[in-house]
Amino acid sequence: MTAATPIELTVNGVPRRVGIPPASRLVDVLRDALGLTGTKEGCGEGACGACSVLIDGVLSLSCLVPVAQCHGASIVTIEGLAPAELRRLAPVQRALLEAGGVQCGFCTPGVVLAAHALLQARSRPTLEEIRRALAGNLCRCTGYTAICEAVARAATEP
Amino acid sequence: MRSTFGWFRPRTLDESLARLAEDPAPVPIAGGTNLMVQMTEGVLRDGELLDLSGLEEMRGIELAADETRLGALTTYTDVVSHGPLAGRHRLLAAAAAVSGGWAIRNRGTLGGNLANGSPTADTPPALLASDARVELASLRGRRWVGLGDFQTGPRRTLRAADELITRIAVPVPPARAVCFYRKVGTRRGQVIGKVCLAARAEIADGRLAGVRIALGGVAPTAVRARQAESCLEGKELGRSDGIDALDALLDEIAPVDDARSTASYRWRVARALLEQFLESCRSALEKSSGS
Repeated sequence: MTAATPIELTVNGVPRRVGIPPASRLVDVLRDALGLTGTKEGCGEGACGACSVLIDGVLSLSCLVPVAQCHGASIVTIEGLAPAELRRLAPVQRALLEAGGVQCGFCTPGVVLAAHALLQARSRPTLEEIRRALAGNLCRCTGYTAICEAVARAATEP
Repeated sequence: MRSTFGWFRPRTLDESLARLAEDPAPVPIAGGTNLMVQMTEGVLRDGELLDLSGLEEMRGIELAADETRLGALTTYTDVVSHGPLAGRHRLLAAAAAVSGGWAIRNRGTLGGNLANGSPTADTPPALLASDARVELASLRGRRWVGLGDFQTGPRRTLRAADELITRIAVPVPPARAVCFYRKVGTRRGQVIGKVCLAARAEIADGRLAGVRIALGGVAPTAVRARQAESCLEGKELGRSDGIDALDALLDEIAPVDDARSTASYRWRVARALLEQFLESCRSALEKSSGS
């Protein structure tokens, strides 16, 4: 595979073909090549979780994933979790608003995807499970309490 | 975007080994959780990456009667979520559970963790205390080496440039052994450890047997504390046995000051963790004498 080989991946349900150096970081492809700037880059070294996305349903840090490893994969970013045309937020997003779990908002896309992945795996997680699942998502504003409450609240939604 | 790196994605292990036999320069990449950071930081600036992530031959968990064989591409999440494996190998499961955050555990691999050779990695102490071996493959053949021999220094291993880590074998521990694993860092979740201790011991006729103690973050590689082990082996764990073991540590580890901690703090934590393991052993000894 060389720089000229296009990489095919599905992003938020839309098939995409990108001609990009294969070692490029997925976060750069999403933000710069595809214009999906909802995914944030915080630390760029896998410590903050702001760039979290789902790759074939698996929570991953897009700053640590070479795009070549996404060939044939299906990616979900914050833009795809509750598409605008549905005019309805995902339960985790609504709960974060209601519980006051968003302040500056920079960590929020990553938190939403991690929480969503948790709720896919466990429908009624305990507070400890919520804290563990979100341990890789740093928030410098909220102190986490409202975030964890929001995830617990989202879990009770039908 | 990263135009200075080439990318080769082999379809089979043989194809990977043939590539390395012809040119040892390509850097093997699996989950990418370390290498991608090295590329971002400029530690790795150019060259070819050999993408192992599609090699099914390097996946899989095989629970044989006497040992468990783990494909090098086994992720931390694979370990934690595999009930029979986690039940059999409690030290490894405990280490995998605290390696990085969830997203890192989903992609980081055991083989990559060993190949990376970080002195503060979380799984090597658990694997060392479990007598794990590493399988290296090249076109020249396959060989198994003990993990203690495999690690030769910080970020240095016995892996030759034309070899790949293909499997990790972990002997089945005694079912009722006392197992202790604890990593200490600045916070409980997703953290690079300052000090970590993995240990186990069996109780036989009111005495300790098969004692294994390994530490991370306190020497150029993860290390076994063999003198401390021999202070405890066959002992009823009276007060002086514990003190002997703690004193023996003095000769076995060499913590240093660095960005994450200080040598003196690492000393205190290493001793405290060993004391906690001894405490677990004492409770198990008391229980066994009461039954």
